[in-house]
Amino acid sequence: REHLKNIPTLADNPIRTEIIEAFFDKRNQHNNELGSYEEIGFEEFLMVMSHFRPPSIKTSAEERVAMRKQKVCFLFNMHDTDGDGKITLEEYRKAVEELLSESGSIGQEGARAIADAAMLEVASTNMPNMGPDDVYEGITLEHFEQILKNLEMESRMYVRFLDMNTANLRCGK
Amino acid sequence: MAVVGPGSVSLRFGSVLLILLILSGSSWTRDIFTGRNDTRPEPNREHHDQDQDHGTNATKHKKAFPVLESNYDYVRMPFEISLWILLALLMKLGFHIIPRVSHIVPESCLLIFVGLLVGGVIKAIHEKAPVMDTKLFFLYLLPPIILDAGYFLPIRAFTENMGTILVFAVVGTLWNAFFVGGMMFAVCQIEAAAAAHVSLLSCLLFGSIISAVDPVAVLAVFEEIHINELLHILVFGESLLNDAVTVVLYHLFEEFSHAETVTVGDAFLGVVSFFVVSLGGILAGVIYGVLGAFTSRFTSHSRVIEPLFVFLYSYMAYLSAEVFHLSGIMSLIACGVVMRPYVEANISHKSYTTIKYFLKMWSSVSETLIFIFLGVSTVEGPHNWNWIFVIFTLVFCLLSRVLGVIGLTFIINKFRIVKLTKKDQFIVAYGGLRGAIAFSLGYLIHEDGDNKNTRGMFLTAIITVIFFTVFVQGMTIRPLVELLAVKKKKESKPSINEEIHTQFLDHLLTGIEDICGHYGHHHWKDKLNRFNKTYVKKWLIAGDRSSEPQLISFYNKMEMKQAMMLVESGSAAKLPSVMAAAQNMEQQREPTPERMIPKISKTREAEIRRILRANLQNTRQRLRSYSRHDLFMDPFEDNLSEVRFRRQRVEMERRMSHYLTVPAKRQETPSVRKVWFEPEHKVYTYDENESPRPSDSAALLDESNRSADGQSERQKPTRCLSDPGPNEDEEGSSFRSS
Repeated sequence: REHLKNIPTLADNPIRTEIIEAFFDKRNQHNNELGSYEEIGFEEFLMVMSHFRPPSIKTSAEERVAMRKQKVCFLFNMHDTDGDGKITLEEYRKAVEELLSESGSIGQEGARAIADAAMLEVASTNMPNMGPDDVYEGITLEHFEQILKNLEMESRMYVRFLDMNTANLRCGK
Repeated sequence: MAVVGPGSVSLRFGSVLLILLILSGSSWTRDIFTGRNDTRPEPNREHHDQDQDHGTNATKHKKAFPVLESNYDYVRMPFEISLWILLALLMKLGFHIIPRVSHIVPESCLLIFVGLLVGGVIKAIHEKAPVMDTKLFFLYLLPPIILDAGYFLPIRAFTENMGTILVFAVVGTLWNAFFVGGMMFAVCQIEAAAAAHVSLLSCLLFGSIISAVDPVAVLAVFEEIHINELLHILVFGESLLNDAVTVVLYHLFEEFSHAETVTVGDAFLGVVSFFVVSLGGILAGVIYGVLGAFTSRFTSHSRVIEPLFVFLYSYMAYLSAEVFHLSGIMSLIACGVVMRPYVEANISHKSYTTIKYFLKMWSSVSETLIFIFLGVSTVEGPHNWNWIFVIFTLVFCLLSRVLGVIGLTFIINKFRIVKLTKKDQFIVAYGGLRGAIAFSLGYLIHEDGDNKNTRGMFLTAIITVIFFTVFVQGMTIRPLVELLAVKKKKESKPSINEEIHTQFLDHLLTGIEDICGHYGHHHWKDKLNRFNKTYVKKWLIAGDRSSEPQLISFYNKMEMKQAMMLVESGSAAKLPSVMAAAQNMEQQREPTPERMIPKISKTREAEIRRILRANLQNTRQRLRSYSRHDLFMDPFEDNLSEVRFRRQRVEMERRMSHYLTVPAKRQETPSVRKVWFEPEHKVYTYDENESPRPSDSAALLDESNRSADGQSERQKPTRCLSDPGPNEDEEGSSFRSS
């Protein structure tokens, strides 16, 4: 992990912890395991990278749907740090706080408010018949997919690997 | 309805025509008036002379005191202008009253048609119609439309597709110009055309004029069909950016056609001048944009003139670019784009609304006037109908557009992730409308000695192409869009989740790129944002707002919109509490100037939000996605007393709950943290039971005196209600010990 942390440009990134964790997260290896690695090899690195493949013009509609699900799942795993299959309010708050941490002036309350509003939105779109007694446990994967379906993940979440300099690749070894 | 329909339609048509006739008649009769004015003093003078001649003490003929005089010349110019604009707008109104027609025919067609009618009428009475003067068009009519387009340009979509747009604009226009010009030259050589005197350079000039896709026409037509954002931005962006190419080509060929020979050096200079024109235009725009943003930083004391700064700086940018023959359109767009984020952060909400509506208003008026003038000028202008020339022009224009689009897309798709499908290509090709810019440029062509008829011929051809594209393509594009089932614009509301995740994604992809050591899009975009934040924003945005992150401003904007929507939809029953709470917010923000600054009193806001959320739970059906928090509502000052009361009540609740739950203080355990969210929702239950009215203090007490097993349950919600900061958080969570 230290290798990844030492990348200088990554230091400015507000969500770098999550990104680094994503590499070490076992769920992203499609092995149905939980927990995280201590160090990863090239294969695991590649598995994580494969989430960022762009769809080519030959990808069929079903493949696109599968690709989108895979990418959304990746994002979900990034948020769901304790691995219980739900994004709870705390986890979401943490994510929002980190996103806003760069500016520094908003403070915790504002971040909370935003996260709360977002959770509320998810709740109302996905479970519209929730009575006042119900408790919204957390965002499940299906709800997550639902609220992000307008974003068309498969065409947005990609990195162009056209001219990658392999000498700069660092593995977490 | 069917029976009444035609009758009323014809009635309206009749009234519209009547208005037309009256107006043109008035302009005709005014000449008579002026004539009469001139002739009237004559007899008076004669009289006087006669009197003086006689020189006797015959009573002087006294001119009666003019009770009612007519002096039309005094107001002639503004009168005519206003009359024209009024006519145009009445037409526009008229179309929307006639529903069936406005569905089939786009507005631009109707306006041209009206222009034709008016032109015909004016010609019939042998008047000189106001022709679309090039200066009038380029200096007064075009800038509002472009500014409107540039100011509200969707930046994200634009920059994502920038490569494609540039390729279409530059390469596509060049291809069109040369193809059409070359082919027309070939056509002119045919015997039957009787146009052999047209030189190659003139043909190329003609080609360059007619190949440019026109932003006005595109806007007018595409706005009504609501296609998806990608296609809209492709065609529209292309029409904006090809202005640079058009300007360069036009001046190039015009210069060349006066010069004797054309050398390679000249061609090279042409290429250089292209870069100068486009980059210079953008630079001029950026400079003025920065100036405008900087000025808006200091306008907090005179809010009323804020919109003027935006307009004037943009107009100056346009004019300055035109001075040096740089691309005025690109300068205007650059100015609007650069200025917008900073100005919006600085100016008041009302000024923002003013800017928005003024821009829309001006661009609407301009567009209407342009189309009407186009119609009038068609009837008026010098014509030289040359069948072969015109037909071939039309054919080649369409052909070159289609070929250009297909060829370029083939190349572009190799570099795009989201490929352009055949349907997209068709729409892009079909949406290449020509318009008034081509016509005005045609008007500018100088008449040469032996080419008397060339200009007329060109103009006729240009007009024909314009008419064809606007009428035929404009009318059929809507059914075609439906037929091909092209994706329409998404009408969804901006969702805060999407916004969060868009930003999240940006950071994520930047991070991944950093790990790969790959300097891609996201890397540079991130760098730009960082630069923007650290340096630029400090200079150009007033006060605290410079450090406000985008997510917050988005959130605040959304809340305000929701608040206003709430007010307008008049959910009156629930509204008092909502308004009251909002008034709370407003009051505690009194010291700060109108804008919302995210340094809020923590406790109060949290409480109020919870109350709001609880109360609005019931109005959920009416309000979609989320709409819980309102922060800003002006006109409810009369609720002041109720507000105070509510505030007191809330305060009392807090104190009471605090008092009641003070005893057990335990450490926080990790497991407790996780289920924290549940108690919050229990607030709903709590608040539902206690209806928010003054008599509730009693109820509160009652609740608190309930039996012990209910105690932990009930006290949790109370805790939540007064959940201000971390300390009390822990206290609250400690109760969830089981």
